[in-house]
Amino acid sequence: MASEYNFAYLDEQTKRMIRRAILKGVAIPGYQVPFASREMPMPYGWGTGGVQVTAACLVPEDRLKVIDQGADDTTNAVSIRRFFQRTAGVAVTEATADATVIQTRHRIPETPLTEGQILVYQVPIPEPLRFLEPRETETRKMHELEDYGLMHVKLYEDIARHGQIATAYDYPVKVEGRYVMDPSPIPKFDNPKLARNPAIQLFGAGREQRIYALPPYAEAVSLDFDDYPFTASKADHQCDLCDASGSYLDEVITDDQGSRMYVCSDTDFCRGRREAGHVGRLGGGEAGQ
Amino acid sequence: MITISNLSKSFTLHNQGAAVIPVMENAALSVAPGECLGLVGASGSGKSTLMRMIWGNYLAASGSIMVGDVDVAKAAPREIIALRRGTLGYVSQFLRVVPRVPTVDVVADPLLTLGVPVEEARARASALLAKLNIPERLWALSPTTFSGGEQQRVNIARGFVHPYPALLLDEPTASLDAVNREVVLSLIEGAKARGAAIIGIFHDEAARERLCDRLVDVTGFTPRVAA
Amino acid sequence: MKDLDIWTSMKTQPLLSVQGLSKFYGARIGCDAVSFDLYPGEVLGIVGESGSGKSTLLSCLAGHLAPDTGKVIFDTVDGPRDTVVMGEAERRRLARTDWAYVHQNPRDGLRMGVSAGGNVGERLMAVGARHYGDIRAQAVDWLGRVEIAADRIDDRPSAFSGGMQQRLQIARNLVTGPRLVFMDEPTGGLDVSVQARLLDLLRGLVREMGLSAIIVTHDLAVVRLLADRLMVMKGGYVVEQGLTDQVLDDPQHEYTQLLVSSVLQV
Repeated sequence: MASEYNFAYLDEQTKRMIRRAILKGVAIPGYQVPFASREMPMPYGWGTGGVQVTAACLVPEDRLKVIDQGADDTTNAVSIRRFFQRTAGVAVTEATADATVIQTRHRIPETPLTEGQILVYQVPIPEPLRFLEPRETETRKMHELEDYGLMHVKLYEDIARHGQIATAYDYPVKVEGRYVMDPSPIPKFDNPKLARNPAIQLFGAGREQRIYALPPYAEAVSLDFDDYPFTASKADHQCDLCDASGSYLDEVITDDQGSRMYVCSDTDFCRGRREAGHVGRLGGGEAGQ
Repeated sequence: MITISNLSKSFTLHNQGAAVIPVMENAALSVAPGECLGLVGASGSGKSTLMRMIWGNYLAASGSIMVGDVDVAKAAPREIIALRRGTLGYVSQFLRVVPRVPTVDVVADPLLTLGVPVEEARARASALLAKLNIPERLWALSPTTFSGGEQQRVNIARGFVHPYPALLLDEPTASLDAVNREVVLSLIEGAKARGAAIIGIFHDEAARERLCDRLVDVTGFTPRVAA
Repeated sequence: MKDLDIWTSMKTQPLLSVQGLSKFYGARIGCDAVSFDLYPGEVLGIVGESGSGKSTLLSCLAGHLAPDTGKVIFDTVDGPRDTVVMGEAERRRLARTDWAYVHQNPRDGLRMGVSAGGNVGERLMAVGARHYGDIRAQAVDWLGRVEIAADRIDDRPSAFSGGMQQRLQIARNLVTGPRLVFMDEPTGGLDVSVQARLLDLLRGLVREMGLSAIIVTHDLAVVRLLADRLMVMKGGYVVEQGLTDQVLDDPQHEYTQLLVSSVLQV
C-alpha cells in the first residue's frame, strides 16, 4: 500500500459526507439523494459515482470484487480493482460468494447475494423520467407527488413502435410502492434480482451527483401493462462453455462467416460451473482450464 | 306569458362625450298565450330595441320584463340562458352561426342543447327545412353561403324547431317570395294555435293583419325629454 | 319569491366560485378583486387587450400561479374546496382529472417527442390505466372525435399541421372527461377556416360532455359563438360582465364600448 493516499483515496470528510447520503438513501428506498460528487482520477462515465460510494463503504477488512458487464477481467474492472488495491490496500476476489463489497457496471451477479454483502452500481443517468421530461425541477416535483403517468408513456411508446416493450435494459422499477427508480443499465433479465435481495444495493451517479439505494429485502416491481406484462428475457440459448440455461448470455461472433457462440456474461459464475464439471457445446477443450 | 311594465332604457355613449340618450320610458304591454302582438311605429322608434330588451341582449334601465316566471330585466345571466333554451325563441334578421357547420345541424342545434337525441333532432330539423323549401342538397352546406331569403328561412327554422311558449319575431317574412311567405305565416299561425305568446315586428301589412290580435305603437314609449 | 324557486330548481351549486382574487407583480397589478361564479355547463369568455390581466387570472384559476389574495373554490367530488390553499399533490390530481388546460401554442400542451396516441393516453396512464389495448382504443376513439385519422396514431405531433396539433391537444385534455376546461386563446395562431372547424368541435364537445369552460381570448367573434357569459378586463380589473350578447350588443362600460366599436362586425 502506498502511504501517500488516505485510505480509499477520498479524505475522511468527503467519505463522511457520502456516507450521510448513503444512509439517507437507505432510509428512503429509491429516492435520489444529491451529494457533492468529487473529481476522481478517472473520467466521468468510467464509474466515478460507483467508485466514490465504494470508497465510502470500504473498511480495511473488506474483500472487493469489481465487474464490468459481468466480467472481472475487462479493462474497467481491472483498473478499478487495482485502484482500490493501491489506495485502500484491501483484499480482492473474483468469487461473488467471497466478496464483501462488489462494484458493478451493468450486471447483477448470477450467484445469489447474501446478507452482509454490498452491491455498488455505477449509474450514468439516475433519473428514470429524464427520457420524457428534461427539466430537473419538474422531475423532482413528479417524484414528490408520485406523478408517474409519464413512465408508462415511455412503455406505451415502446409497444406502439415495436409491438412489445422493447426496453431491454435500464428498465424502471417502482420501489416499495413509492419511488420509481432507474436500476442503471442492467439487462431487464436482472430486474427480478433487485427485489427482496438480502444484500444492500447502492447506486452512485458521479456526473449527475446522485446516490440512491435499495435496503435489504426491499420490494422493486418492474413497471408494465396488464396486457403486456414484464418478462425477464435473455437469449434463448445455453452457455456454450458451461451449459447454463438460466444465466444471462453474451453473444460472441467468432468468425467472418457469422458463426457465433453464447457465453455467460458472469465470468465467475461460468468458471464455477465449469470447475464443477458442467460442459457446454464448445466448452470441452477449455474445461478445467 | 310576457308582461312588461314601467320599462325604460337609455344609452350612455362614453366615447361621444358620455352623452346619455334616453330611448324608452314607461313601456308596458302584455301578451297572453296564443296571442300575437304586433309592434308598430316609425323606423327608429324603438321596436327592435324593445324586442332586444325582452331577449335580454339589451339591458333595461328600470322596470320589469316578465317572461313566464323570469324577470329578464333583473335575471342572472344563467337564468336568461335557461329561459332562451326552453321557453323563449327569437327569429332575428341576422343569422349568426359557426362557419362550416351544416345547415341541418344549425337548425337542430337548439334541440341538441335541450338534450334531444341527435337523430331525432336532425329529423325534426330536416322536416322543417323541407317544409320551408330549402333544397335538400343544401342541408349539408353551411348557411353562410346562402342567399338572403334562404338564410332568413334557416333562421325561421331555428326559431320553430322547438315549440317555445314565447316567441319574438323580427320581420320574419322580409325578403321571402309569396310561396315561402305563406309557409312562414302558417308556421306562425300554428305556433299561435298551440298556445305560444308571440311578439312580432311586421312591415308586411297583410301579414300583420292576418296574424296580430293587437298592435302596440312603440312611439308611445318614446321619452318626451328626448327632444 | 318566484325567483327563489328558480334558483333552487336549477343546479344551485357553482362548479367554480372565485372570490376576491388578486395577483400583484410587485407594485404592478396582475389582476385585482376578481369575483364570479361558474355553473356546470356554462362557458365563460374573458376578453381584454394584452396586459389586461386575463392570462394572469387564468393562470391563478388553473393553479399555475399562486394568487396573493382570494379564493378559488372548486366543487370537487368531496364537496367545495379552495384550490388556492390545497396541497400541490391534490391540485395536480385535479389538474389531470377534473380540469383541463388548452394552451394557445399546442407545443406547450403536447409532448412533441411522443406519438399522438401516447399524448392522448398520458392522462389515462396518470390516473392508473394499465391496459395497453384499452388505452389505445380510447386514444383511437378520441382522435376520431377531433377528426384525426386513426392511422396517424403513431405519428408524432411534429408531423401534424397547426390545426391538427390543436385538436390533438384538445383530445389529450378531454380524454379523462374533465368537468372544467381552461382555454388560453385556443384558436389564436390558426387561420380562419381552421378556427371555424375548431370552434364547431369545441361547441359540440362542450354540449355533449356538459363541460364548463373558461376561455381567454381577444377575439370577440370567438366568444360570441362559444361563450354564454362574458367578462371584460382592463388594467387588471373586471370592468364589465354579463350575458355575452348583452355585453357585445349593449356594452355599458366605456372601455367595452371602445372595444366593441373597434372591431369589424362580429
